[in-house]
Amino acid sequence: MDIFAQQLINGLILGSIYALIALGYTMVYGILGLINFAHGEIVMIGAMVCITCLSFLLGHYGDLSPLLLVFASVLMAIPVCALLGYSIERIAYRPLRKAPRLAPLITAIGVSIVLQNLAMMIWGRQYVPFPAIFSNVPYQVFGASITPLQVSIIALAGVMMLGLVVLVQKTKLGRAMRATAQNPQVASLMGVNVNQVIALTFILGSCLGSVAGIMVAANYGQAHAYMGFLLGLKAFSAAVLGGIGNIAGAVIGGLLLGIIESLGAGYIGDLTNNFLGSQYQDIFAFLVLITVLVFKPSGLMGEKVSERP
Amino acid sequence: MKKIWLSYALIAIALMIAPFAVGHFGSSWVRILDFCLLYIMLALGLNIVVGYAGLLDLGYIAFYAVGAYTMALLASPHFDLHYSAWIILPIGAGLACLAGVVLGAPTLRLKGDYLAIVTLGFGEIVRLFMNNLDRPVNITNGPQGINMVDNVGIGSFDLGKGFDVANTHFGSMYSYYYLFLALTLLTVFICIRLENSRIGRAWMAIREDELAAKAMGINTRNIKLLAFAMGASFGGLAGGLFASFQGFVSPESFSLMESIMVLCMVVLGGMGHIGGVILGAILLTLTPEVLREVITPLQRSLFGRTVVDPENLRMLLFGLALILVMLLKPAGLWPSPRRQEELKHG
Repeated sequence: MDIFAQQLINGLILGSIYALIALGYTMVYGILGLINFAHGEIVMIGAMVCITCLSFLLGHYGDLSPLLLVFASVLMAIPVCALLGYSIERIAYRPLRKAPRLAPLITAIGVSIVLQNLAMMIWGRQYVPFPAIFSNVPYQVFGASITPLQVSIIALAGVMMLGLVVLVQKTKLGRAMRATAQNPQVASLMGVNVNQVIALTFILGSCLGSVAGIMVAANYGQAHAYMGFLLGLKAFSAAVLGGIGNIAGAVIGGLLLGIIESLGAGYIGDLTNNFLGSQYQDIFAFLVLITVLVFKPSGLMGEKVSERP
Repeated sequence: MKKIWLSYALIAIALMIAPFAVGHFGSSWVRILDFCLLYIMLALGLNIVVGYAGLLDLGYIAFYAVGAYTMALLASPHFDLHYSAWIILPIGAGLACLAGVVLGAPTLRLKGDYLAIVTLGFGEIVRLFMNNLDRPVNITNGPQGINMVDNVGIGSFDLGKGFDVANTHFGSMYSYYYLFLALTLLTVFICIRLENSRIGRAWMAIREDELAAKAMGINTRNIKLLAFAMGASFGGLAGGLFASFQGFVSPESFSLMESIMVLCMVVLGGMGHIGGVILGAILLTLTPEVLREVITPLQRSLFGRTVVDPENLRMLLFGLALILVMLLKPAGLWPSPRRQEELKHG
């Protein structure tokens, strides 16, 4: 088995999931200039709701095609997360839009703590297994193996990202979003309902995030109430790496971080003569992030903002 | 003038007898009081970086970790080194200060949230190194951490043994309380002096408008580095005290959540205001502990049994409290008067 090809494929899977979550961070940041710390928890709730629905459906309608059941549970998880994202914006962020910059950051942390503990009350502290319904007979590509599930993860993530780009670039809502990101006051003078646009941005981001959470749970076969925290952290780093507020940047940053992480994990032992093992995988990701930001302070794709508007 | 001295005297007496007062409810409360003081030191240190200079730091706990590990490595059976705490504490603060400069120097060009994520990454890197530096050479003993860190001694008096007053024994948390109190007061004093100094005004000028500050002749690079270094050295000092008080350090104590907690103390109390920050540190240390005491009996009396995991319910209520306070008082519970003016007219 070719290690390089295998790690590249693993990185691609991880990266597309990071990218989907990073999009949620970057869209909100682009419009509000706010780090939505609770986004990682939405990802986790998406995975948990999907697993619960799927287990229920498998128990009651086990004779139906499993793929249909997965589809149905995904369709149940998405609205839950969309509603959650909307409520978070409404309750915790909207009242603070004119407040000092760090105030919404603290409410975001509060929301994140609340959701994490709520999830532990509902689903417990243990790992929740994802029902084993996907075939794990891998395809062989360039000496690396990839399961059908992983192929569909990459494909679905690609389709969703393309869809988002079309939405932002081609539709009326997308134009309203871009206008609000540039200047909310002027956008509202031009007849854009700014509050509605911001709410829709949160809803969109939460939908993408919930699907990403389900992908993680399906890929690793389990979910946990704490999974959102690290995922969110990595995805946020990816968004910053690409240049936060920039949609293409989030995708590139996500893919890059995923690939760097898994290549790093695969080769760090050889590179350092087994001095450093694969447990330094996370350090690798953060080191790359810091190095990029030191040389390109506004991320890979971020625009250089002037000091004075 | 007389009134001010009277109130100072009253506060001093209250602080002196505080551990004995709370000791009535159990010695665990004295321990919590000690942690309050440690967190006040930490929060005041972070306040220099975030509150005065306006640089968002999400990896502050790394400096605390540097101080704590310095103490643990130089005064424990791990390397069989037993230097006096009074030598190690300045070394720890110095190393943390150095770490602050190492972090600060390359990140000076970064703005706002980019800086936040780099500091966050730095904090995680420090924690991961502590977690993994047990092989090939065992330096930090990995996730198990380092045990049996020496106690602080003053002359021949060992703080770990506690003391006797009127035939009653008072444990180590009482003697540490007074050490922490003295150092906290020193920290508060330094902060007050800094706030009204040339450096303090330069920090605030940078916070309000970096470009204008530069135009006024402030060397923004050095002043920002100084903020990082000073904040970090307070963190290192508190870390060293933590290690010998706890007698044990492990990477778990220095997670990102801890950094976030200290940041919450600063912001929730009132950024850039010493009184507010102290209030925030006390409230955020006490609230989870009080909730711990209250929740289980409350559940029993309401439902007759434990319905939900008290640990989760406690943190859930804590999160709700964070949200509510911020919604009701966006500038913090006790913001500085100057900042309040700015918010009103700005």
